[in-house]
Parts: sequence; structure tokens; C-alpha cells
Amino acid sequence: MPAYYLEALTVTLGIVLLMAEAFVPSQSKGWVGMAAAVGLVAILGLTCLAIGPDAKPAAAWAHWPLWNFYSFDTLARFYKIFALVSTLLVVLMAVDYRTILARFTDHPGSESGTGEYHALPLFACAGMMWLASARDLAGAFVALELVTITFYILVAYMRRNVGSLEAGVKYLILGALSTGFLVYGIAWIYGTTHTLNLDVIGGLLHDGRAEQIHRTPLLFGIALVMVGLGFKIGAVPMQVWIPDVYQGAPTPTTAFLSVGSKAAGFILLMRFLEPFLGSELTRKPVLTLLLILACATLLFGNLAAIPQTNFKRLLAYSSIAHAGFLLLALAAWQPFAAELNSAKVVSFYLATYLLMTLGVFFILAQVRIQRGGEAISDFNGLGKTNPQLALALTVLLAALAGVPLTAGFIGKFFVFYLAVEAHLWWALGIATLAAATGFYYYFKVIRAVWWMPPPHDTPLTLPPISKACIAVLTLLVLLFGIWPQPIWMLLQ
Amino acid sequence: MLALLVFIPIAAFIAILFGAPARLTAIGAAAVNLALALYAAASWHCTSWAFSVPVLAKPALNLAFGFPDGMSVIMVLLTAIVTLAAVLSGQAPEGRDKLYFGSSLLLSGGALGAFAATDLFFFYAFHELALIPTFLMIGILGRGERRAAAWKITIYLGLGSIVLLAGLVWLANLTGTFDMGKMVAAAGGIEPAAQKGIAALLIVGFGTLVSLFPFHSWAAPAYASAPAPIAMLHAGVLKKFGLYGLLRLAIPLVPDGLQAWLNPLLILLLGNILWVGYVTVAQKRLDLLLGNSSVMHMGYIFLAIAALIAMPDNPLARSAAIVLMFAHGISIALLFGLADRIERSTGSLDLADLGGLAKATPALAFLFGIAAMASIGLPGLANFAGEVLVFLSAFKSYNGTTGLGPVQLACILSIWGVVISAVYMLRAYRNIFQGPVAGLTAGVPDIPLTDRIPAILLIVTLLAVGLYPNLLLNLLN
Repeated sequence: MPAYYLEALTVTLGIVLLMAEAFVPSQSKGWVGMAAAVGLVAILGLTCLAIGPDAKPAAAWAHWPLWNFYSFDTLARFYKIFALVSTLLVVLMAVDYRTILARFTDHPGSESGTGEYHALPLFACAGMMWLASARDLAGAFVALELVTITFYILVAYMRRNVGSLEAGVKYLILGALSTGFLVYGIAWIYGTTHTLNLDVIGGLLHDGRAEQIHRTPLLFGIALVMVGLGFKIGAVPMQVWIPDVYQGAPTPTTAFLSVGSKAAGFILLMRFLEPFLGSELTRKPVLTLLLILACATLLFGNLAAIPQTNFKRLLAYSSIAHAGFLLLALAAWQPFAAELNSAKVVSFYLATYLLMTLGVFFILAQVRIQRGGEAISDFNGLGKTNPQLALALTVLLAALAGVPLTAGFIGKFFVFYLAVEAHLWWALGIATLAAATGFYYYFKVIRAVWWMPPPHDTPLTLPPISKACIAVLTLLVLLFGIWPQPIWMLLQ
Repeated sequence: MLALLVFIPIAAFIAILFGAPARLTAIGAAAVNLALALYAAASWHCTSWAFSVPVLAKPALNLAFGFPDGMSVIMVLLTAIVTLAAVLSGQAPEGRDKLYFGSSLLLSGGALGAFAATDLFFFYAFHELALIPTFLMIGILGRGERRAAAWKITIYLGLGSIVLLAGLVWLANLTGTFDMGKMVAAAGGIEPAAQKGIAALLIVGFGTLVSLFPFHSWAAPAYASAPAPIAMLHAGVLKKFGLYGLLRLAIPLVPDGLQAWLNPLLILLLGNILWVGYVTVAQKRLDLLLGNSSVMHMGYIFLAIAALIAMPDNPLARSAAIVLMFAHGISIALLFGLADRIERSTGSLDLADLGGLAKATPALAFLFGIAAMASIGLPGLANFAGEVLVFLSAFKSYNGTTGLGPVQLACILSIWGVVISAVYMLRAYRNIFQGPVAGLTAGVPDIPLTDRIPAILLIVTLLAVGLYPNLLLNLLN
């Protein structure tokens, strides 16, 4: 099966569900989300059948010109799986989040206005999956816009909630601005290299023609594209939108933004940078820029997280902080050919980040629904009323902080390992400081959970879907902390 | 086989989480573990103890346990003994016994993992695993200013661990391996500048974990408010991780770097012995007094380490440090256990509230007396063996022609510490057990049999090592 069927199937599933949702009368819209989840699991199963033209050169589809825009390799497969898994979990989270959605849409109390919310993530998923395979800047741009436009809707979905609307407007304006940067940068690159295809650019920079390329405009274009992508991944200087948008958006959207959208940004960034980092012409300045961005992002994300009292906002800053660690792995660039390369480390880190972050968001969504708030103090005394849930939250937060024997530590460990190999001593110092700060603010939440008295003694009752997801994610975080091989095998 | 020793407490923790009877499971697991540890100590040369499972290909990581030398064996023994005593003597508050015993087991499993690990990654990781229940338990079930104390220990030890991690990653990068045995074999090539940097990171990192002056202020409030088994296990066992790390990694790998920091280290350890010693004398509560005394005694072990730094082939210093680590671990656990008993029967640990307790509880007074004597360093008890070895080892590098070196001067000054600890320990004993009977202590029942067993277990250990130190020294040769 050619790999692009996966995207086609995802989009088809989305369209079918949107139409079904519009025409099938029903009180509850939970079934839309469940149908989307079942469809996503099926597509996830199909990823192991997907192949590129190299695997089957004789097939008719192998000669389509589409393959100039689209590649299918290990990384592409990994990020397609990543997009599918994160969408699956977000869709499941949304099913349990229906009551809050219903409160702030058309008819408060009825779910009639919430159906699209369960189908739209599929379109973003298709965009992310395409990004994983993009080898042409035009195609990548279209896919990225598919993701971004879907998010415009998802962020502002609770239209009777001022916070959500504000988040939507901020995301729209800054998103449009970053798109501008991106297109402008792509135009400069096209102007200097006369192509949009990253493979062609890579070849151009490698052979003798490199001297004919004007260095300054090319670097200008690269810097612009990096700024534009910085918006997606939440890196300085395009990080300002993150706290407000994360806080205002519906929790499943926030989770999706912080995991899916970030991963899509990183795979595109890696594919985009790979040819430029392979060439002596552009290597040094690009690495310097990456290093500066990484250090600034690490410092900003971690230091600004310290005084936060709202947990969702804290997670927003933590998301910036993790982007800093990921950028550090890129700044310590090891080409794809190396055994322990930057792309692998970033992918591994993102995979662990997915597990921990989505697990925390599942818990946050339930606390929001049942205790009515998202502040750290709303987690007070969870250890007394729900010890098992509190244990899961402790494991997940410890993993985010990078405590050993959790998956989060292994991710950070690889980043540090790469940085040491690249002799980035100053950046290592900053990263150490950042990790120490992270330890502080994540433990602030753990402190509230275990040490503070609960406001009242009624325990949270977890719906079965959330309960199962939290349990599975927590166990995986522990398992991969001791035995990271399964994720590693997906990347071989 | 060694993996079993680590996984039994962790498995018991999981069992307790899923509803096994907490106290019984904990005692059972600790007893089985002690039997295993004794068996291991008897046959530690046997290669079948080693255990290794590959975790990652590049960088090569193995989940590996083993006994590289007798030091690990002694630390594992110490952990097993103190764990059994801790779960036997602890009494959980109403309805929290899952948490209470479960986290004690997790702490014990982490400590055993750290002492038995032969891979740097897991050496560090298991120690962190043990720290988390420590933090949580102090915050949840602690006494007095529990939140402030717990937050303080979290921040201090968290920062210390990260400084330590930086040093360890640097070491691993220079030696190119995470296998601690191979690291030591590849030690020769580390250049002096790097050695100095690594040594500083390791002294501060490990030092914070061991409450080296001036990074010690987390210790006394944390121990004072911690539930008894946590105080016993952390002060007795887990804290020794830092000293163990210095002996295992810093001494063989960065000897020249440590040499450069020898004089500052001597000043810091005198801070532990003299400064904290005087602070201890001023304490008005038994729990804070014990907490501070435990900080103070770390100074002697650092003195042995300093003697080893000054003279790397010093035959006594290493044994001295290890014997004293063991002896201090047992005696401080005993003291914390008995202090908890005093508080449970009288409701207070304030020295002003107590008095004449010996009349009502002669057995408790006798046991506490032995523990206090051990802590002072009375001959016949293990601490004496350790302290004498420390002082002797400090003079091993004495050179008659150049006169007293810095290590000898520090040693002479630190002998004053023995007097200080006699002052505060005897004063505490007199205040609590002798003199007129205070209101709180009248009619208090004597220590019951269930609490005598763990105390006797620890005292027998102290006596055995004190009368026949070769029990431990033979393991080291």
C-alpha cells in the first residue's frame, strides 16, 4: 500500500464524520469521538503495511510524480505513528471533556454544537502526517497550513468563553504573522537556489555548484523559516503566544497543541535543516542560531515557569522549556548517518514527551471538570482522596522533571549526551540550570498533591476512558524509563 | 541474583499498593532481604551474584548489579539490617500504613539498587528513586513544620543531585563508558584541569547529599520531622550514598583533582565537626539534636576520605571510612527509632518536658543509653572502632621531618568533637532519663517487646562489629 493512502484515509474519515455528525440526529456527540478513535486505530494498524516506491519499484504508483513531494522513510513512519497516537489520545480526551465544551457552545447544556470538535482533529492529524513526509517546501507549507487552520478553530471552539476567544484571536494573529515569516523565508530560499525541493537543495549545496549560491540571502531565508517554525515548536522569539493560548484553549486542544503541533514543527524543522547543516556553506551560522535559540528558549521557559500558580499555564511554560531541550539536541547536530543522531534523539524525546504530557493533560481535564479549576491549588490533597491517581500524576510530573527511571530522564540524558559530544559547555550549563528549575516547579505541583489538605473529601471519579488512558500512559513512562528499546526500534 | 535483592522490596511495594497487608508484607520482605544479604556477604566472591541486562546499545547501558569489592557488600548489609529494624519499629498513623510501609520499602529498594549497581546510570537512578519517597513522606506524615522541612530537603537534594549529575556525565564522557569497573580502569587519562572541575562538582554534589558543611542545613529539620522509618533509613543508609560515591568514583578517578581541593575540604569537614557540633549542643529537642549530631558525625567520615586523598595508598583510611559509615548508620537508626518510641509514649521530644523517664521505663533507658554511648564512641561498640581507625589513618601520612600536615591538624582539632558529642549526648540522656520525674513521663509504660526486637537487632550488630571489627575488615581485604 503506498504510504500516502494513510493521509487520504485520515482526511476521508474526517469528512465522513463531519457529514455524519451534521445529518445524524443524536443527543450526545460522544459517538463521533469514539468513531474517530476507532478509525484512527485502524489507520494506525495500516501504517505497518505502508511502503514507499523503493520497496516496490515495479508498482504502477511507484512512478507517480507525487514522490517528488513526498518521501517515506523511518522518520516519516515514526512521525505518522506519532501524529496518529497523539490524535487518538486527544480525541479520547475530548470525549470525556464534552460537558465543558457543551457549557460554552451554542446551547449551554446541550451537546448539539460540539460535534465538529471531535472530527476536526483528524484534519490536523492528516496535515501532521503529511509534514512527516514532506520533501518539498511548497507541500510542507500547505500541510502546515492545514494543521494551523484546524487549530484556529479548535482553540477558539468554546465561543461563549472569553478566555477561549481571546486565545483564538491571539493564535490567529500570531499564526498569520509566523506564516508570513515562513513564506517570505521560503521565497528567499527559492530565489537563491531556484528550487523548493529539499533533496535538490541538498544536492546543490554538496556538489561544485555551491559557490554560485549567494550565502547572505540564503542565510536570511533560512533564518526567516526558522523563526516561522519557531512559532510551531514554541521557541523564542515566537513563544509569547503560548501561555495565553494554552490557558484559554479547551484542554484537549492544549494537549494537542503541545504534543502534536510541536512534533510536526520539529520534523519539518529537521527535514528543512538537514541539507543546510550538511554543507560547509551554511553549517556554522545555522548551528550558532540554533544554539542561541536553544539557550534563550531554555532560560525563558524554565525561569518564567517558576512563579506560575495556574497549572495549565505552568504546562505552557514547560512546553517551551522542553522545546529548548529539543533545540539543544539539534544545536549539537549529528547527521542522519550517525548511529546516535540528533533526529533520533529528538524523536525519542518527543515520544516520551507525548506520554508524559498527555497523561498530565488527562488528569488536568478531569480536575477541571470535577473541581472546577485549573490552578495548582485545585490539585490540593489529591493524594488523600485519590491515592492512585496522585501516584500516577507524581510519576508523570517526575518524568517531566527528568527524574531517573522514568522515560523523561532517558530523553534528557540523550540530549545531554549529544551536547557533551558536541562540546557545548555553556549550553550544558544553562541546560543543567534549566533542569534544576524544572525540578523545582514540577515538584511544586507534587507538593500540592501530597502535602496540602484537600478542600473536601469527595474523591474524583474517573470515567473509564480517562482511567484507562492515564494508567497506560503512566505504566509506559515507567517501562520506557527502564527499557527504552521499543521506541528505539521504531527509529531504526 | 543480586537483582533479587533490589526487586524484592520494590515488588513488595507494588503488592502493598494493590492491597497486600502493609506491615506484614514489609516485615516479610525486609526479613527475606536480610537473609539474602547475609548469604551474599558470606559468598560475595561468587560470580553468580552479578547480574546484567543490556538496556541500550549506544551509549552502552546495562541494568547491572554486582559486588566490585567488599564496600558494596557492607553497604548492602547495612541497608538490609536498617530496613528490617525500620519496618519493625515503625508504627503507622491511623489508616496510612500502606503509604508508611510502602514508601519505606521503596526507599530501601532504591538504596540497595544504588549500592549494588555497577553501571553509573543506575547507580544514580536508584538513589533518586529512593529520594522521592523521602520527600513525599516527610511532607505527608511528618511532624511539626513538615512542609517547610520537606520543601527544604527537596530543593537541597534536588540541586545537589543535578550538580552531581553534571559531574558524573562529565566523567562518563571522558572515560567513554558507563560501566563503573571500566571507568576506573580507564582513569589514567583524565587531564588535571578536567580532574579539578569534576572533583569540585563531585564534592559539592555528593557533599550536599551527605550534608557536608555548609550544604547541611536541610538535614536536621528534615530528620526531626520525618516519620521514624524514613529518618532511620535516610540518615542511616541513604545519606551514605554520597560517601560511597566519593570512595567508589571520586577517589580512584580524579585523585589529583581532589588533592587540589584538599584544604578547602578539610575546612568544611571541621565546620561539620566543630560548628555543627556546637549547634548540636544548643538544641532543645531530642529530634533536632539527633539530626544535627548525624550531620556532625559525617565530618569524621570526610576526615577519613581526606586522609585517603592526602595519601592514596593509605591502607587504613578506606577501611576507617567504611567501618564508620556502617557504625554510624546502625547507631543513628537506633537513636531515631528509640526517639520515636519516647515520643509515642510521652508525646513530646522537648528536653524541657522530659525527665526521670528511667524510673518508668528502665529497659528503654538501658537501650537508649547504649545507643548514646555508641554515638559518643565508647570502646566495645562499632563507632569506636570506626573513629579510632579514622584518627589513626589521618596520621598515616605524618612526616616527621616536615611536621604536622593539614590533615593531621584537622584531625587534632576534630578529636575535640568527641568531647562535644559526649557533652550533648550525656546531657540529653540526663535530661530525659534522670532527675526528677516530669509530668509527661510519669506512669509511662516501658518499651514493649515488639519495639525491643529491632533495637536489640541493631545493638547486637553494633556490639559484634565493635568487639570484633574484623567482621567488616575481612570483607574489605
